[in-house]
Formats: sequence, C-alpha cells, structure tokens
Amino acid sequence: MIDEKFDAIVIGAGMSGNAAANTLPARGLKVLQLERGEYPGSKNVQGGILYADMLEKIIPDFRIDAPLERRLIEQRFWFMTDRAHTGMHYRNDDFNEEKPNRYTIIRSQFDRWFAREAQAKGSILLCETTVVELIHDAYGKVIGVRTDRSGGPVHADVVVLAEGVNGLLGTRAELRPRPAAAHVALAVKEMHFLPAETIEARFNLKADEGAVIEAAGTISNGMAGMGFIYTNKESISVGIGCLVSDFAENETSPAQLLEAFKRHPSVAPLIAGSEVKEYAAHLIPEGGFKAVPQLFGDGWVICGDAGQLNNAVHREGSNLAMTSGRMAGEAIFQIKSRKDKMTADNLSLYKKMLDESFVMKDLKKHKDMPGLLHTQASNLFLTYPQLVSKAMENFVRVDGTPKIDKEKDTVRRFRKARGFGLIGDAIRIARAWR
Amino acid sequence: MAVEAQFQKVEEKLFTNRYIVDSGQPHIVVAPHEKPSKNLLAMTHLCPAGCYSKSETGQVELTADGCLECGTCRVLCEESGEITWNYPRGGYGILFKFG
Repeated sequence: MIDEKFDAIVIGAGMSGNAAANTLPARGLKVLQLERGEYPGSKNVQGGILYADMLEKIIPDFRIDAPLERRLIEQRFWFMTDRAHTGMHYRNDDFNEEKPNRYTIIRSQFDRWFAREAQAKGSILLCETTVVELIHDAYGKVIGVRTDRSGGPVHADVVVLAEGVNGLLGTRAELRPRPAAAHVALAVKEMHFLPAETIEARFNLKADEGAVIEAAGTISNGMAGMGFIYTNKESISVGIGCLVSDFAENETSPAQLLEAFKRHPSVAPLIAGSEVKEYAAHLIPEGGFKAVPQLFGDGWVICGDAGQLNNAVHREGSNLAMTSGRMAGEAIFQIKSRKDKMTADNLSLYKKMLDESFVMKDLKKHKDMPGLLHTQASNLFLTYPQLVSKAMENFVRVDGTPKIDKEKDTVRRFRKARGFGLIGDAIRIARAWR
Repeated sequence: MAVEAQFQKVEEKLFTNRYIVDSGQPHIVVAPHEKPSKNLLAMTHLCPAGCYSKSETGQVELTADGCLECGTCRVLCEESGEITWNYPRGGYGILFKFG
C-alpha cells in the first residue's frame, strides 16, 4: 500500500487518535493516521462535552476555529421517579469567562476539525481504511499494520492503538481482553433539532450559553444507568445508557428505554416539537481502574476508550482520551529523540506519565465505584429516588397534615425501605468515593 | 417506569440515519444453531438497532444493514463463537452525521 516506513501509525481518528496525530508531527515525527470511516468522526459518538483544558494543552488557540456548540454555564442533576424529579442545579455566571471551561460539541464535526489540525502539522490521514491486523516480527514486536486496501503491510516503529472501546485489533492480537459485559455501558442517543431561540427560552439561556442535565433514577428500570440532555446550538442531544450486563439480565430494549425517558413529564416539554435527525448507539467503558488493560508493549501503545480510560463517576471520557493520546505522542517523541527503540521498557514512560496525571489518579480514586453501582443498582436507582421524591412531596405539599406527622412519615418510609441498610449504604458509598 | 410497546419502532428511528451498506457482505454473522444461548436470545431485545430477531423455529437471525456498530453483541456473544464480528469494509456501514 505505502512503501515508506513511518515513525508511528495511529489507528483511529477519534479523541485519542487525533491527540496523538497532532502531538507527533508537531515534534517532527512522520505519522500515518488510519480511519475506517468515510471521514473522521463518522464512526464516533459522544454526548458530548469537551473539556477545554485538555485540548488547550494540544491546540492552545482552539477557540478560534474549532466547531464548538455552546459554552456550559449550568449543570443540573436530576434524581427521577416515574412522574417527578428532585433536582440540584448549579449555575454560575463566572462560567461566562473569557476562556470557558466546558463546551458541548458534535463529534462528527469536531473530529473532522481535529484531524485537519493534525494534517496541517504534517500527519498523513487515510480514511475509508480498515486495519485488519497488526504485523509482528519474529520476536513478537509490533512492526506495522495490514489494511483492507490493496497492497502489502505498512511499517512503523510504533503503532498507537486509538481504536475505541469496541476496537478489534488489540483483542485479536491478544494485547487486551474483549471488554466484559459488566465493564461497558450501552448508550443510545437522539439528536433533536429546534431553533436556537427555542432552546434558549426552554433552558433559560442567552446566545451561545448551554446547560446540561444528567439524570438517574427509575428511568433506568433498576439498572445501573443514566439519562442525559445536552444543549447544542440548534439541537438537543437526548440519551440514556445502562451497563450491558444489566441490559442482558433484564432483557430490556434500549430504544424503548429512551422513548420512555423522552416521554417523562420533566423531559417531554424540553424537546416538544423537535425534529429528530439521527439515532446513535455506542458503548462506554465503565470498568474503571480495575478494568484498565496493559497499555504498552513492544512496538505498541493503547490510548483512550480502547484502554478503558473513562471516568464513569464524573462522566469524563474525551479528556482522558485526549490526554492519553498526547502523552503517548510525547513519550514516543522522547524515546525517538534519544534514538532509543520502541521497546516495552522504553514505552513504559507513557504509562508513567499517565500514572502521574489526573487520568490514572482519578480512575484510582473511584476504583470501587463501578462494583458498587453494579451490586447496589436496584437500591441506588429505584429505592432511593422514590424515597427522596416522597420526602420532597411531604415537604412541599400543604394539605392540613401537621408537619410532625409528615416528617414521621418520611422517616418511616426510609426505615421501612432500607432499615439498617441505610447506614451500610452510606458507608459503602463514602468508602468507594474516598 | 413501565416500558410499553406502543413507542416509536426502532426501524423508524433508523430512517433518519445515513448508511452505505456493503451488499452481500454482512460484517456480523450468526453461526448456525438449533437453540440460541441466553445471551444470543437477549440480543433480540438488546440490539439498539433491532437487527436480531427470532425465527418461527426458534433460531436467532440477523439483518445487519441497520447496525450502529456499537459492539454490544460482540461483548455478549463473540467469545462463545455464536457470532463473528468484523468491521465493515473501510467507508461502509453507519456514517454518523452528528455522532
């Protein structure tokens, strides 16, 4: 296919692949980036929120021309029952700062821009090219890839596997396991189009301001899962995701779960009258620290979702992906400039950089959270939302019942539902959070 | 929350999407079987694109044209050998306009 040898081949043009493809040529390395979609982003799905800090470290002036939707000034957390939600809203005008911290983005547009930036730095991008296997030398070192285009293999000193959560290559080459059903969530999402002014009126926003709703509760039918509503410029992303293992046990249809979420009385008015222009589904790595596979070896590194680098508790993924792609690029550059070989020993520098960054520190902090969410799903997502909702109803509904009786009723309900379990639940959550 | 059947059908949702189908080259194949496993049978509910269905004789069948390439069936059914999962040829399959 291509005779010349590259310093690095990057597989994938998502967040981590594009981060690596921007970092390497900026330091003079010869890079080939391979993407199986028609254009970068055509296979990628995200909610999606972009965290500015991690992109600034790759493209400091990205705000000039990156396709950004709305800067986020408000975050809403909703605890949901079938007919109610108890909310915590955080809105701060300081988020209208000169360099905003978070934006909503639309991935197919953003990824195209991000890949173009890499090309401008010298990276060679080939789309519509599926990598079918990694090529090894006699000692097992990865030395290149074979694609579904005609011609022989392409060689490189190192291959960056930025192939996403459902990447086949790493698993086929036995570099990482196939994700376990309890370590991935399946999320489905629709793009609801509405005029910008309608979105701004419904969410109490000015032009270019955005809001995010993250919702948990009975909407996931007792499974570990979350719903989300993100405001883009002229569309609203509405989605819901649950662990694949829970979906399999409950034999629930994700499409119907999404339909039910959209019909919830708290959600329906926000998207009323919209035109749906796309329906997407994607896996999200949720295994956390304990599910992170080996991330480097002789001639290869793994970045982003392919390495389970996703913080499920804080709903952060793209920033961990971008940071891992950047660090892989920086580590490869350092090894190259010492004129050293791309051995596992030398590439361990990449893992060391990750360990010292927020990426592994945050994942480690929450290492027990995925297990807890899995075993306690029915309490956390069914029992507690209903108890909280009833407590709130007791608090605000005025019907002549003395307050003392209302409060007694609330306490009785909590005791009856969970008893001493209340204390255990609190301890378990505090421990996992610590 | 009660999940009821009168909601919008999955096929209607897929109409809004853009695909380039590699005709005659399905990227996922179900192995011949007499009785599907629990996981394979679960795919008839679980597949977000509704690609899996149960035949009159009780086998699980697949029409991969509307596949969103999420990989859920790969996670649940590839290890046992009940399905084989490949990427579509470069440029084919689902092409997200927004993603």
